[in-house]
Amino acid sequence: MSQIDLKIETAAMPVTDSAVSVRNVSKSYGQVEALRDLSLEFPRGQLTSLLGPSGCGKTTLLKIIAGLLPASSGTIEVGGKSVVGPGPDRAFVFQDFALLPWASVIRNVAFGLELRGVARSEREAKAEKYIREVGLAGFEKSYPHELSGGMRQRVGLARALSVDAQVLLLDEPFSAVDEQTRRKFQEDLIALVQNENKTFIFVTHSIEEAVYVSDQIAILLPRPSRVHEIIRPSISRAQGLGSIRRDPEYLDIVDEIWASLRSYVE
Amino acid sequence: MDRYQSHRSLLLKLLSAVLVFGTWEIAGRIPVSYAFPTFLESMAALVRMTFDGTIFVAYAETLKPLLIGIVISAIVGIGMGLWIGLNLKSEWLFSPIFVVMQAAPLAALIPILVMIYGIGLTSKVFVVCIMAMPVIVLNTSGAVRNTPASLTQMATSFLAKDRDILLKVIIPAASPIIFSGLRLGVSAGFIGAILSELKITPTGVGDIITYSRSIADYESMYAAIFSIILLAVLFLNLLEKLESYLFEGNDRGYVSD
Repeated sequence: MSQIDLKIETAAMPVTDSAVSVRNVSKSYGQVEALRDLSLEFPRGQLTSLLGPSGCGKTTLLKIIAGLLPASSGTIEVGGKSVVGPGPDRAFVFQDFALLPWASVIRNVAFGLELRGVARSEREAKAEKYIREVGLAGFEKSYPHELSGGMRQRVGLARALSVDAQVLLLDEPFSAVDEQTRRKFQEDLIALVQNENKTFIFVTHSIEEAVYVSDQIAILLPRPSRVHEIIRPSISRAQGLGSIRRDPEYLDIVDEIWASLRSYVE
Repeated sequence: MDRYQSHRSLLLKLLSAVLVFGTWEIAGRIPVSYAFPTFLESMAALVRMTFDGTIFVAYAETLKPLLIGIVISAIVGIGMGLWIGLNLKSEWLFSPIFVVMQAAPLAALIPILVMIYGIGLTSKVFVVCIMAMPVIVLNTSGAVRNTPASLTQMATSFLAKDRDILLKVIIPAASPIIFSGLRLGVSAGFIGAILSELKITPTGVGDIITYSRSIADYESMYAAIFSIILLAVLFLNLLEKLESYLFEGNDRGYVSD
């Protein structure tokens, strides 16, 4: 086993089982080595962020976990089963939303179920439930071009939730929405992790965002990518979400991460 | 708001028609040429031909190669376009043929077609297809090739089969450009149909044009030309209706009428 696993154990964390295990994964595009011998565990029911400078292969790793890209070597296990392609146990939220512009909100949200052959009435009932859950009730018949960026990503999120996958893969989901919407999203995401009992894997390039929402942060360094460090913030959320950003530990971790990343940022 | 806009667009369309026909009428009255009748004279000839049935007999003849050619071009053209767009090898194989077809001076090739297929319907259908098909194929293949990668990736990640990706993502995403190819192809097909009647054997509308020119009945000649343009415009509008019926919500506001 790699050093990373040792690190997790020596950090004396409560031992939870892993929903997703990445073992010795390498990925190269011709001569270019994107990931080298990367291993990482994603605890069940928690949110793990992949954080790192641009070009560090965060999105590549996420797409390999999703089964959208094949790994050059190594294995991925989701719920104990080896990944060979996309599966019903994982759902993806895209950076650019990836909504069908010709389809209404409800059809977009139900699209994952439609592809699985779920009957129309059943999938629309389910889609309506998740549209309400993400706060878009009343917009079922709207088309994506009629929605703001933040609302579009809510549609993308509802689509991922509606297929009821155990693992949600979020690829910089908030990078294309404005700052205020983003803060609201981050709060909603924390609530979602607490209520949904799913495993979240979250790619971001924002240090503050990662520290704010994560149970575990994997810091990746580039060329070729490897896991540099794993941080488990233990910031108490008991005083409400508003106090997280004033917590001394929050500020310390943000500083510490920036110190280790700054030399890699051009 | 919408209603106000549709009122205004109708008004502008009428205004544009009045401008064009008014200019025609004035040009005919000056006259710019002895062989150029006024708008009203041409319309009178059109009404006359409508009532004595000449125009219907002519269209019964002209529509045969036109419709057969357009239907073949649409089906084969979209099929080929999808195949070329999805498969890089078939693009290398077939794409040059359609680029050549599009650029070829068709009028010069007609004698060869006549030598091979004779002067009947087959040659005329060929002319319509050569005019209509390339733009349909090239538009379709280009649109398929340019399907946003994130949409196909999204469908893949939600477990779409290849068939679903084609029917539920690629074709709807490509449909605006496929339809604009169809519109261009259909207009070109109309030109091809008339060209074949002028160049191969004078039948139908082409016969009215050739014959009335030879007896200096320019009113009838322009009436026939006007009627074919009118028909083409009506056909294009019909196509647009079909598009918005098939791909509701795909209306991104490009309209050509």
